[in-house]
Amino acid sequence: MKKSEKIAGNVANYVDERTGAAKWLKKNLTKVFPDHWSFMLGEICLYSFIILLLSGTFLTFWFDPSQREVIYNGSYAPLSHVTMSASYASTLHISFDVRGGLLMRQIHHWAALIFMAAMIAHLMRIFFTGAFRKPREANWLIGVGLVTLGIVEGFLGYSLPDDLLSGTGIRIAEAILQAIPVVGSYLAFFAFGGQFPGHVFIPRIYTVHVLLLPGIFLALITIHLMLVWYQKHTQYPGPGRTEKNVVGYPLMPVYMAKAGGFFFIVFGVTAFLGAVASINPIWLYGPYTPGQISAGSQPDFYMGWLDGLVRMAPPLETHAFGHTISWNILLPGLIVPGILFTGMALYPFIEAWITGDKREHHLLDRPRNAPNRTAIGAMSLAFILVVLINGGNDIIATHFHLTINGIMWFTRIGIFVIPPLVFVATKRICLSLQRADREIVLHGRETGRLVMLPHGEFIEVHEELSPEKKFTLTQHEQNLPLAVPNTDSLGVRNPQGIKGKLRARMSQANAEQVPAPSESEAKALEGGHH
Amino acid sequence: MSNEISKFSDPGLPEHIHRKSDSDPMAEKRAEQQVAILFLISALGTVLTIASYIFIKQGTFVYLPILGDVEASQLFLGLGLTISLIFIGFGAVQWARRLMPDTEVIAERHEFRSEEIDRKEFVETIKERAATAGLGRRSLIKRSLGLALGLIGLTPLVMLRDLGPLPKKALNETSWKSGTRLVTDPGNRPIRPEDLEVGSVAQVLPELPEGTERTLENIGTDAVLLIRLRPTEFNLDAKRLSWTHNGIIAFSKICSHMGCAVALYEQQTKHLLCPCHQSTFDVTRAAKVIFGPAARPLPQLAISVDSQGYLVATQGFTEPIGPSFWERSS
Repeated sequence: MKKSEKIAGNVANYVDERTGAAKWLKKNLTKVFPDHWSFMLGEICLYSFIILLLSGTFLTFWFDPSQREVIYNGSYAPLSHVTMSASYASTLHISFDVRGGLLMRQIHHWAALIFMAAMIAHLMRIFFTGAFRKPREANWLIGVGLVTLGIVEGFLGYSLPDDLLSGTGIRIAEAILQAIPVVGSYLAFFAFGGQFPGHVFIPRIYTVHVLLLPGIFLALITIHLMLVWYQKHTQYPGPGRTEKNVVGYPLMPVYMAKAGGFFFIVFGVTAFLGAVASINPIWLYGPYTPGQISAGSQPDFYMGWLDGLVRMAPPLETHAFGHTISWNILLPGLIVPGILFTGMALYPFIEAWITGDKREHHLLDRPRNAPNRTAIGAMSLAFILVVLINGGNDIIATHFHLTINGIMWFTRIGIFVIPPLVFVATKRICLSLQRADREIVLHGRETGRLVMLPHGEFIEVHEELSPEKKFTLTQHEQNLPLAVPNTDSLGVRNPQGIKGKLRARMSQANAEQVPAPSESEAKALEGGHH
Repeated sequence: MSNEISKFSDPGLPEHIHRKSDSDPMAEKRAEQQVAILFLISALGTVLTIASYIFIKQGTFVYLPILGDVEASQLFLGLGLTISLIFIGFGAVQWARRLMPDTEVIAERHEFRSEEIDRKEFVETIKERAATAGLGRRSLIKRSLGLALGLIGLTPLVMLRDLGPLPKKALNETSWKSGTRLVTDPGNRPIRPEDLEVGSVAQVLPELPEGTERTLENIGTDAVLLIRLRPTEFNLDAKRLSWTHNGIIAFSKICSHMGCAVALYEQQTKHLLCPCHQSTFDVTRAAKVIFGPAARPLPQLAISVDSQGYLVATQGFTEPIGPSFWERSS
């Protein structure tokens, strides 16, 4: 026995005699993970979170989360002798006087953007492939929670430097708090320790940003991954893949090497962005003061849609009995986002109610084979895109020589018109794609090769698909609408009332599809041809 | 549907195609060397990182196409870090792709639902255990425990009370009073009407009593914009016109929508625009909202001149400034 083997054996023995880990590890080191590029989106979320923890820890060593006033005397000359908060001054210090400080700040900010973008992409993958279906509803809920907290965490993070831009963002957050009926001004005074901006808000959100929320993230991510591990990963349909198996590569060594390697690649790409792409140059904005602002004030992209909603809100306020309700803030700031996120969280349960499907699903849907769901997803994306455009209306107006008013009215009307149109169009496209699948399964792929037959007729040669391809294109389930009994056994008409009717209607819309071709159809056609 | 039975059958996993490096020792050797080279490049990246940290002084700039002048220390630190990280990744992935087994493996899944007997026994266990504690019977204990737990939830709420003072009337107040002089910001100098040309705009603050330090909270409520037009350009009722002085009109600079500074003044149209959400106010009509989400005009400050010819407020604001809140009465 080699020496290294002996040492490893001793360590393993020590651990196993105390935990009995060998049995569990033996089984799990060969655990199978399916391979697909879209499964890496969730990995990017995890890795950028780790990068955020590492780079964030580095920043805390120099950052001073205090609104105490100081006079800046660091090496950034344009702000020399300017009065500012300690948090702004220490952010300047990190950027100009700590070696690698600016790099880490930029890595941290880029990683936050990547974290949010990857979470959204991951969420879309889960949604469009139906990976949220039973038994994975809980993981969907955790995911929705992570995205929501991610938005909050990102906002708090870029608010910390206390520069002119982020201070304006805090002012807007204060206005949202203040607008809440009955308790609003109390909440605002408690959060800010009195009148805005006060001296306590930055230190308070610092604790939330570096301790409370990361702790919750860590806990939720752990549960999220444990569930993935325990329930085993979903897989795309294909030859040899069924609801009862999982096909892929074993954890050790292939998946470990690929996933571990991918972590370094994500970190490397983030470091590259941090090195060459300037982001949030706070020294250009100056310290925060409530009387000033910079034109083109823009939040980060994951807040941009909220800002767009606020911008397009109608100028409505109710004044009654000596009280004010600001619909122009509540509607876009709390009510619409609340409805959106609640709807997103409940979607798996709504879909299960409509389909009446109570089975486990481990094979993913191709988005075209779930036209209704795909159309709902596309509709939601269209909604977010329209409000996001309005969130950048000032920038878009100056870049493309349009008027802000024009863009605002386009999006105000577009928000009601475009999403339904996108729904209809997406559903039609999905059904057309199903028809195209049916076509090539039954008639083969067009090769573009023209052949003249002896009697002069021209035909195009069609190439038959491989059995693997045929199976992949036809394996999906045929949806059946729920039958809602018109009369029950006692002769009562429509026993389930409006709820039943609604469910039947939605189930019908959900079941609309082009029938997948069957082997017998293919055989019948073959007989006809030859 | 009837075609369910005649679906295309599953041909099973396609046959595995071996890689060149699986059979050809030369190819295997090459793959091994490739992986090693990738890892060595990463090592060089770390050397670059450390060298940049030690040798490049902060504040040195290098010119790069597209990016312009870039701070050299952070650029090379970053590039070193990039190389050291990304090539470990490339090496590991290449290792997995070329040299590790690439045959797909099948593992079975099992339904999560427990066996019927286990479920039954579980319910029985729960029932039996609960019965030993008398959970079903002792409603007095259950109710009093519920009360105790419910009340304990109040503790953190109560304990958070000292986060801040009660708002009281603070949201209704500013430092402006009758006779308060308008002073420039920055500069803190009182102004005369002739300091302002027609068409110009200035930010002013109230003069504070001697010895009072101006806080950010003051600025957040007191900031005022002065705009000078030709008196004939106003379209105001008699009362609001009397609040102006020789074509100079004063508004709160804090947006009535969400409190941003309304900083953009367009001289041609005489519109004030808030850069946050594009609420647009018409200066000639007492800052009436003509576009955007704001629901109220910017509060107007009544101004005049004092005996020494300096601009002063003739009264405080007649309504709360800034964003709306529940207790606001109009």
